[in-house]
Amino acid sequence: MELRVDKHVEFIKSLEKKKDFDSMVMEHLRMNGAYWGLTALDLMECREDVDDAKVISWLLQCKHDCGGFSGNIGHDPHILYTLSAVQILAIYDRMELLDSDKVASYIASLQQEDGSFAGDQWGEIDTRFSYIALCCLSLLKRLDVINVEKAVDYIASCKNFDGGFGSIPGGESHAGQIFCCVSALAIAGALHHIDKDLLGWWLCERQVKSGGLNGRPEKQPDVCYSWWVLSSLVTLDRVDWIDKEKLKTFILDCQDTEEGGISDRPNDAVDVFHTFFGVAGLSLLDYPGLKRIDAVYALPVDVVKRIFG
Amino acid sequence: MSSDDDEEVWIPLREREEWKDVEPIPQDDGPNPVVPIAYTSQFREVMDYFRAVVARDERSARALNLTGEVIALNPGNYTVWHFRRLVLESIEGDLDKEMDFIENMAEDNAKNYQIWHHRRWLAEKRGPACMNAELEFTANILSEDGKNYHAWSHRQWVLEKLGGWEKELEFLVQMLQEDVYNNSVWNQRFFVITNSPAIGGLVAAKDSELKFCCDAIRFAPDNESAWRYLGGLFKDDKSALVRSPEVIRVCIEELAKDKISVHALNFLLDLLCRGYRPTADDCRLLDFPSEGLSPEQLARQVCERLEVADSMRRNYWAWRKSLLKKANS
Repeated sequence: MELRVDKHVEFIKSLEKKKDFDSMVMEHLRMNGAYWGLTALDLMECREDVDDAKVISWLLQCKHDCGGFSGNIGHDPHILYTLSAVQILAIYDRMELLDSDKVASYIASLQQEDGSFAGDQWGEIDTRFSYIALCCLSLLKRLDVINVEKAVDYIASCKNFDGGFGSIPGGESHAGQIFCCVSALAIAGALHHIDKDLLGWWLCERQVKSGGLNGRPEKQPDVCYSWWVLSSLVTLDRVDWIDKEKLKTFILDCQDTEEGGISDRPNDAVDVFHTFFGVAGLSLLDYPGLKRIDAVYALPVDVVKRIFG
Repeated sequence: MSSDDDEEVWIPLREREEWKDVEPIPQDDGPNPVVPIAYTSQFREVMDYFRAVVARDERSARALNLTGEVIALNPGNYTVWHFRRLVLESIEGDLDKEMDFIENMAEDNAKNYQIWHHRRWLAEKRGPACMNAELEFTANILSEDGKNYHAWSHRQWVLEKLGGWEKELEFLVQMLQEDVYNNSVWNQRFFVITNSPAIGGLVAAKDSELKFCCDAIRFAPDNESAWRYLGGLFKDDKSALVRSPEVIRVCIEELAKDKISVHALNFLLDLLCRGYRPTADDCRLLDFPSEGLSPEQLARQVCERLEVADSMRRNYWAWRKSLLKKANS
């Protein structure tokens, strides 16, 4: 079984033309979808298949006066889509199109007294947003606009008895949240807050019999955890603790080799989210023919190198 | 207009008297739409009217109802939730009715971030009086999906901000009876022990928690969560693990029943690394040669058993073994 790059590229490209209800109800998160699709294409060395100018012109229309970006035209700004917009422009090497100060001040405005971050003016707090803030500001070279120490303190307060992290202090350890906290701490140079052996073991215990990874004990494996768990293990320098061959096989089994795309587990419906995370996971496993992806920034390594030198 | 469109015939907005004065605004994907998509006509129309209402920033009862229609078609659309809140605030909407609205939506959309955030916003406005309603709401969601992450987060917020600690352990015991492997419940238990004003923290609760946890392990020895909880009870004083007769007993007992229990072997390894010296009897019980083995050699044998019993993680156990050389016996 091999990775059907040709099929997956066609699948991603076809999403632009989709005229079904599913694409309709996802229109508010088009910015995330664009990031997933474009980054996957870039990892598969097929980004040129999409019209850059069209994407960028649409993207810029999602910019709001406050500095944040919305999920699509006509929607409100949110930290989620702000990161995706910055990441897309990073891939295109067009970050000069951003008013970095404005974006930075939008993100800074979302930091709370305790160091946590809200998603937008409505105040939902989640460690996902801590990662987004640190990742975005790091890419913009504007980490100085927030209180990094407090941001780190808040993340550290979300550390659980099992070594993992949740969405809020006391929240159950979950691989997605762990990725966010580990990566945020990596960006802040604060990985010493983590018991790497304990968390590394918790993470490698996510691998189940089929070779796939789950997100919490006793849950089903899902291809997206090939990213959340694997990237965390890479950052913690313990990726050898899982069985890489078995994981690779699991991801490849999640492909739809006829219509293209990757699903959460074998024989389920595919979507661009799982297609991206499956390809990203394979990249972290050094699958031949794929560009390398950076485990912390979730961007191709050559993009990260270009930004940070 | 209720959100329950299945039973009622949907009347297009342009045919409704109350919307006669409004000019709907079509989707603007920009001059060169990247994603030109054809919407179904109902969705398109509702969105066109919603855009019109947002453009004139109309805060009214009909605007509120319209947001309900948009939400019913697409509960993930975060912008419409924002606007709904703005409308509710402006018209000082009935918050009890709003609770009902969320209640109706939540069951089919239990993993939707926007619904939970809206519920939180509502509960914050209603204050301590809604404590029972919130606990009941989350319990209902958890009865359908005992691991719903949003429900547990919301429940933690309710306990911390509104109260209700007294009955929480009892609730958790019931949930464990339904599924002793539910990791969310074990996490919540730790949360209650360490945060409830009625309990006094980990140190105060340690003995009773130790008993509870060991009983659960005996009941279902292959329970990752219970074994992790056991370790978690000693997180602030790991060296005390080896001084706890209960921990040693449950570990040896379970290993005697199942020589390749990965959880028990892992625990034994931890104990050995922290200076535990098994008796000759225990070694016999566990099929380890009792004569002349140093603790390091015994730990090595445990690692080798683990490399086979948990071969997926053989690299991890090999690493544990490599540490034994460096540690003092």
